[in-house]
Amino acid sequence: MDYLGDLQAFLPGIITAVAGLAVITIEALKSGHKSAYWVTSFSLIVALFFGIQSLGTPLQEAFSGMLVHGGIAAFGNVIILLGTLFCVFLSNDYLEGIDHNYNEVYGMILFATSGMICLAGANDLISLFLGLETMSICLYVMAGLIKNEKQGAEGALKYFLLGAFSTGFLLYGAALLYGATGTTSIPGIGAAASSDLLFLAGAALLLIGFLFKVSAVPFHMWTPDVYQATPTTLTAYMATASKAATFMAMILVLSRALPSVEGLDWQAVLSVVAIITMIFGNIIALVQDNIKRMLAYSSIAHAGYALVGLSAATPEGYSAVAFYLFAYTIMNVGAFGVVAYYERNKGLDFSDVNNLAGLGFKKPMMGVMMSLFLFSLAGIPPFVGFVGKYYVFAAAINANMVPLAIVGVLASAASVYYYLRVMVYLYFREAHKETEMIDASFLYKGALVILALLTVYYGIEPILPFGGLMELITGF
Amino acid sequence: MLDSYFPILILAGIAIVLALLLMTLSRILGPYRPNKHKLNPYESGMDPVGEARERYSISFYLVAMEFIVFDLEVVFIYPWAVRYLDLGLGTFISMMVFITILLIGLLYTLKKGTLDWDLKTNKI
Repeated sequence: MDYLGDLQAFLPGIITAVAGLAVITIEALKSGHKSAYWVTSFSLIVALFFGIQSLGTPLQEAFSGMLVHGGIAAFGNVIILLGTLFCVFLSNDYLEGIDHNYNEVYGMILFATSGMICLAGANDLISLFLGLETMSICLYVMAGLIKNEKQGAEGALKYFLLGAFSTGFLLYGAALLYGATGTTSIPGIGAAASSDLLFLAGAALLLIGFLFKVSAVPFHMWTPDVYQATPTTLTAYMATASKAATFMAMILVLSRALPSVEGLDWQAVLSVVAIITMIFGNIIALVQDNIKRMLAYSSIAHAGYALVGLSAATPEGYSAVAFYLFAYTIMNVGAFGVVAYYERNKGLDFSDVNNLAGLGFKKPMMGVMMSLFLFSLAGIPPFVGFVGKYYVFAAAINANMVPLAIVGVLASAASVYYYLRVMVYLYFREAHKETEMIDASFLYKGALVILALLTVYYGIEPILPFGGLMELITGF
Repeated sequence: MLDSYFPILILAGIAIVLALLLMTLSRILGPYRPNKHKLNPYESGMDPVGEARERYSISFYLVAMEFIVFDLEVVFIYPWAVRYLDLGLGTFISMMVFITILLIGLLYTLKKGTLDWDLKTNKI
């Protein structure tokens, strides 16, 4: 076996896993030592560097066909590592502010990231399951981080139980697919695909497992509670990196393991799920007063937009989804970051939108950035969110799925209401009373500013138009 | 064809007779002085009857968790050790990496006081 080649193929994942072990060792020897945070940031930057280097290489197999690297897997790695890196930058200040800055959090983040990298490059149902579980188990722990409050315990338990169920569905699906085709390799399943009932049932169960993890309606019930209970910067991590990893795995599985077989019309299934997810997520988000719940429902809606691109099932659709995930990651981490900035202040519950009244003028820079991220999430032109949505809906139209695109555009128009509502509170309401605002560190603000710049930059400069993006993630 | 199962039947018969014999003999020959504690079903020192919602010490779970981790380690190491000479250096390094990872986990749990049974000094 070519050990060195294999190690190089999985380098970002190995770096994060080793750094996770280092963080755990630091915590064991010197509890609460700050170096754990720096090890985490540094290792993520190095991993991101290697991830960016492998962009544009063709999709290749490694570890005897268990994993793929390069191509769309490399693009997935970059999205995951970028989201993780910014979440870690934001987490240090925020977790310090709410007195939960344990080194174990960074260890968990690193292990989860390594699981996500395995998931986003899975070429076999076994490595897919391994990555998914490594990611999920770490996320369950993070959901219960604030363990002394009822909400935290409830959220973590709900997440764990429902996550375990969804894993069961996924495993059952994998078992049936293995039974139908005699292999667990994803290209192997694609080659042996048939319209056999066993194969269809396996594919359906596998899809259910995936839809659970990306919180598509009707498998979304856990999302608002879990997102509300988790510390905000870690919610950002769950909502962006883990969803990006799961969508990347979905792209690999759908495009390589489930070709168009007669009787297996997963495109129609996904487009129905996409329609109800977009409508449901956006409508429920309209009435949310808690900004974290609002962002949770908005993340359900965004999963719906990404599903639109998936159900197009063309290379154009898949690359549109990949770009959409990139856009969604940078703007959503930013939005959660600003919410976390407000939430660090004691006294009022700043996750309630009523308490944000008048804060836009009190902290001008944060107000502007919040507006910017929310405009981008709503899909208003000069920001990256618009470009992402444009690609996704264009892919649906080119694949002759015009009704899907129409529903998407209408749902996204409805979403403008609840995004702008936050801005109305920030700027057009009188402040309740004098509340002391704690200032954040330079790094915290710097991370938010970089995210804002990325949001604007990729919205204006079409650095990844279709040709460039398709070239970047070759290999379908 | 069923003939071949006959020895098994004999074995089962002997087992039943022997069990009955031993229990009867010990009841007849041994001293019989029952008390409340002796008549309880054996449940590893725990009270076998009580409310369902009982709080256990977390130490039980931690020890069980460590046990499973090292039990599974053995599952991986045994087949490797049996075929070690055929597999070569690559698997040796892989296995050392695997053991190191588990060792770091053990170091962490030890330092956090998982195996300190005295909960008052426990750092968890």
